[in-house]
Amino acid sequence: MYSQGLIGTDSRSEETPEFLEAFQKRIDADEKIEPNDPMPEGYRKTLVRQIGQHAHSEIVGMLPEGNWITRAPSLRRKAALLAKVQDEGGHGLYLYSAAETLGVSRKQMTEELLSGKAKFSSIFSYPTLSWADIGAIGWLVDGAAIMNQIPLCRCSYGPYARAMIRVCKEESFHQRQGFEIMTVLAQGSDEQKEMAQDALNRFWWPALMMFGPHDSESSNGDQSMAWKIKRFTNDELRQKFVDATVPQAEYLGLTLPDPDLKYNEETGSYDFGAIDWDEFWRTVKGGGVMTRERLAARNKAWDEGEWVRDAALAHAAKRKARKEAAQHAAE
Amino acid sequence: MDRSEALFETLIRLADDHLILGHRMSEWCGHAPMLEEDLAMPNIGLDLIGQSRPLYTYAGEVEGKGRDEDDFAYRRIERDYRNLLLVERPNGDFGHTMLRQLYYSAFMEPFWREAKNSTDETIAGIAAKAVKEVAYHVRHSGEWVIRLGDGTEESTRRMADAVEALAPYVDEVFADDEALDAAADLGIIPSPKNLRAEWDARIDAIFAEAQLERAQTVSISGGRQGRHGEQMGFLLADLQYVQRTYPGLTW
Ligand SMILES: [Fe+2]
Ligand SMILES: [Fe+2]
Repeated sequence: MYSQGLIGTDSRSEETPEFLEAFQKRIDADEKIEPNDPMPEGYRKTLVRQIGQHAHSEIVGMLPEGNWITRAPSLRRKAALLAKVQDEGGHGLYLYSAAETLGVSRKQMTEELLSGKAKFSSIFSYPTLSWADIGAIGWLVDGAAIMNQIPLCRCSYGPYARAMIRVCKEESFHQRQGFEIMTVLAQGSDEQKEMAQDALNRFWWPALMMFGPHDSESSNGDQSMAWKIKRFTNDELRQKFVDATVPQAEYLGLTLPDPDLKYNEETGSYDFGAIDWDEFWRTVKGGGVMTRERLAARNKAWDEGEWVRDAALAHAAKRKARKEAAQHAAE
Repeated sequence: MDRSEALFETLIRLADDHLILGHRMSEWCGHAPMLEEDLAMPNIGLDLIGQSRPLYTYAGEVEGKGRDEDDFAYRRIERDYRNLLLVERPNGDFGHTMLRQLYYSAFMEPFWREAKNSTDETIAGIAAKAVKEVAYHVRHSGEWVIRLGDGTEESTRRMADAVEALAPYVDEVFADDEALDAAADLGIIPSPKNLRAEWDARIDAIFAEAQLERAQTVSISGGRQGRHGEQMGFLLADLQYVQRTYPGLTW
């Protein structure tokens, strides 16, 4: 998830038709592409973009949930939330490593995030205002992540597919944990029910936006599908998510904030109302409620950590020099 | 002080130390100087909070009034918390946080090692698990103190500041305390006083590598009696926020 249909990707390639055809044959035969294999520049760029956006989202995603770690309502919840947020950092780390196999460094990707050049998922531009938001995020956001990432476990690029297998296991644990938080609230006091409903009201539409623009607006979906970077379109995944989530909301006794939501006998799916695409684009382009603050928090951590990183490098250099001097003396 | 009273008071002291230090560590989540530390610091926080839980639960059993871990963690007034002042000190910069961690973990490592032979089986069991975790905390924080102490000019200066700032809170770790002394006499825990020499040797060795000097200072104490610093109320306001706003609910 978290790459939102690759907004702004340029998947054009300059290679010869023979090269592209040979590459496509490997893809069609379901061969995994590995870091040292020849690949079209457009394929590499698309992946760098997608994996980068995904990694950045994991990292930025630590902030809205981290916002409730110190205020989690019980020791059990506090421990589980800390572990979850730590998992998200771990996902960021494997994804940066997967992107590094394509020739971009973590430093470069970090700089792109900090300067605002690289995007992160719009979902993390929404504030977490109550404890129920932690439940709603686990349930809906990790739930949407799973919908998006399960197909990525079969992505044609080997290192990304393998990273996704590990990530998916943890995301499904997060999703269950979030749903369990919501279950307790939905069965709790009136105040707790209200808190749960309010969180659902605020996170439902943003969760649907996580799948990215409408297929007709998604410029490079076809090429990504042909290269098996994507396996389903944005709209297909969004529909699967709605179909999976409606019965869960019913089980909780909560109401999805969409008066147009209705089961369609013919398609066997739920029809749903119109997404506010203005809000989506505004958020993606940096105008979300918390977009600036998220970036500012990442920049602050990075700037304030500079002396630590410098010291670690300086210390390692001193150690090395001392070791070499000792070796010289011994010779 | 009888056995169960000494045991109860000891459990509360240890649990509060772990909870409050774990809470402080968790404040770093998402704000660390590098991604590796964004994983390592919550991990240490998680270990500490994880260690506080069986201690609180056991305190509730010993007390026999039906209080559970969350009653202790969330539903007491500030004066009832018995943690060391050291662990509630604000995070400061990364160097302060690592030095605070080193000071506490270098105390708890021999503490848990000895407590594995406790006359109390439950404490021995908690110690057996904790001793492995605390060894990692000492290593991790100790390595950082060395890197930062012997790093750049700026990092050396910042570490020296941290040593100065935390020095007043060291003696309390090993000070006389009625409950801990009584529990030590009963073989429930090692006496903190007896761990001082090992702690000093450990810190001296790390400081020698870090090229840091120990600081001379006046001691400040009070945490074990529930007299905390001004920052503690804000920490508890965060920690207890949901429980205080919606009393008596299940989460
Ligand atoms: Fe994740
Ligand atoms: Fe997750």
